[in-house]
Amino acid sequence: MAKDYTQMWSSIGLNLKGHDGLLTVLTEAYKGIYLSQKNRPKGMDYFDFVISEVHGLRIEEIFEAKKSGKKVIGTFCVYVPEELVLAVDGVCIGLCAGADVGADEAEKYVPRNTCALIKAFLGFKLAGLCPYVELTDLIVGETTCDGKKKAYEIFGEITNKVYVMELPHKKGVDGRSMWRNEIKRFADKLEELTGNKITPEKLLESSRIVNAKRKALQRLSALRAADPSPISGLDALLINQVSFYDDPIRFTVKTNELCDELEARIKAGAGVAAKGSPRVLISGSPMAIPNWKLHAIVEGSGATVVGEESCVGERNFRTLLDENFSSVEQGIDKLSERSLTVDCACFTPNTERLDNIVEMTKRLKAQGVIHYALQFCTPYMMEAFKAKKTVDAIGVPFLRIETDYSMEDMGQLTTRVGAFLEMMQTRANA
Amino acid sequence: MRVAGIDIGSRYIKFVLAEEGQIIVAEKRETGHDPLNTCRDLIDRTAPASPERIVATGYGRYLMEVHGDIPTITEIKAVARGAKAVFSSCRTVVDIGGQDTKVISLDDKGMVSGFEMNDRCAAGTGRFLEIMARTLGYSIEEFGVSCESREDKMTNAIKINSMCTVFAESEVVGLIAKGIPRDEVAAAIHDSIIGRVMSLIRRVGANDDIIFAGGCARNACLASLLSERLQKPVHISETPEMLAALGAALYAAS
Repeated sequence: MAKDYTQMWSSIGLNLKGHDGLLTVLTEAYKGIYLSQKNRPKGMDYFDFVISEVHGLRIEEIFEAKKSGKKVIGTFCVYVPEELVLAVDGVCIGLCAGADVGADEAEKYVPRNTCALIKAFLGFKLAGLCPYVELTDLIVGETTCDGKKKAYEIFGEITNKVYVMELPHKKGVDGRSMWRNEIKRFADKLEELTGNKITPEKLLESSRIVNAKRKALQRLSALRAADPSPISGLDALLINQVSFYDDPIRFTVKTNELCDELEARIKAGAGVAAKGSPRVLISGSPMAIPNWKLHAIVEGSGATVVGEESCVGERNFRTLLDENFSSVEQGIDKLSERSLTVDCACFTPNTERLDNIVEMTKRLKAQGVIHYALQFCTPYMMEAFKAKKTVDAIGVPFLRIETDYSMEDMGQLTTRVGAFLEMMQTRANA
Repeated sequence: MRVAGIDIGSRYIKFVLAEEGQIIVAEKRETGHDPLNTCRDLIDRTAPASPERIVATGYGRYLMEVHGDIPTITEIKAVARGAKAVFSSCRTVVDIGGQDTKVISLDDKGMVSGFEMNDRCAAGTGRFLEIMARTLGYSIEEFGVSCESREDKMTNAIKINSMCTVFAESEVVGLIAKGIPRDEVAAAIHDSIIGRVMSLIRRVGANDDIIFAGGCARNACLASLLSERLQKPVHISETPEMLAALGAALYAAS
């Protein structure tokens, strides 16, 4: 980091000693996993910088925004509409949940066999290690899975600033109308919190900002269909992770600049691996920053990850918001319709996801699909069986993995992924 | 051409030196704390008949890649090749090793067409068996013999239910405290391991012929339980723990 932020961290109540330890581990991991990669695009410099300042410059920006009267809204889920937060001049931040941090503290409140993501968001807060959560004025939860739902009750007791949106689990008429009402209530809540009125103009402006971000991510995703891929899966995953907490306008500019470079690379036939290298699609539970475990194993074993069928991935940007509205009420209809196109495993039935896995496998020319479920993430663990059947049917090899953030199963996972890649290559050569 | 395969497992390092498909040396040593040195010694001792090519496999394979510039393959690919070489009709390999259990299906050419492996924990593996043998005061060699002859080993009323090695151990301690004869508890432990293996087999499918590989295939009780549960014969080579090293040696030759 360029400067000393100790004063700022101390003023927002971080555990300074623990936080120093976290940053040291993160920096080392980033060096080992990211900076050691070969043939990285020049445009990744920006994202390297963002990571190096993840708890520095970006926090300072948000700190300044708060001083100027803006409110900071923390979220955990792609169903929570960022457009509304921007429409009240708020700052929208996806909260820290991707590292094995503060698990001991978290286990005072939740069972040991709780998914790593839930333990992490509790752990980051309880251990005083996440500056973002400390800066939030409102934390928005949602009733996706049972684990999160109950954990938000506890998180609410600890932070006193949790607001929960009730997400339906079926996309029928009742579910749609309920979700539409929930979005309206959330809009009211934001107006009340900030004192700013959502106008059609404001909502349209924020919709354009978020759609532009989605388009940049769609563009990045499309470029990964090239053989060889112009960017590693690790780098693309990182960009997706950064999209949740960076300034959306700047992020869009930087991602588009990177995509310009990637287009030039594709024209020149350049990429991160040799042409014909094995290509893998990863599908399943979200990978919150800094969860790079599976990508690091797959790419360390000689394959390229060409797509993420995940909330930190395609589910976040697959569909754009229809900007054709002239009133706030119409805008809310559109927001509700768009978010219900997202195919999270907490919905039943969820056949769109199976279609999307097949569509992505074909579009990105993946030769194998690795299904990734966080341990104890029941919705994705269960859907893995259907996903396997679907992928088997199109003749593509499929590997099912359940893991968490710890490093204890690295050896075993490396063997499984290695054997899977060997199998993929045997099939490709046959 | 003289070739070698070296399989660096969690408990043992297995080494096979072969020439024109014939095994010249097959040796096994404890992995211990310095596997790299053990590997070097195994290779050096073959002089002057040193292998021209070596392929490494097993958990420690990267050690050889980094320190010895030796190519590697996974133990899944290696054991499939080794099993196919010994039993040409092999279509399924059940491999219970030190820290994991694998079920591998092979196509008619002997290529891996699918596999399943236990998730992270050690229940249902060789390590689990070792810990349980020790809890009951058996040596690992006599453990399988202790209950192999029990006719009720499949219908045994005693069950080990826990999925975790640590909890299973306390379950076993509880059974001993109740005065259950230790060979009856031993049978239940073997049955629980095969129960775990069967759930992997159900996912992959079990096509004939089925080969039981890995050190645990030497355990007579596991072998007979596996065959009884499958209601099919299960084939075991004379040295089931050497199949992955053999497979690696065969890849070195090709």
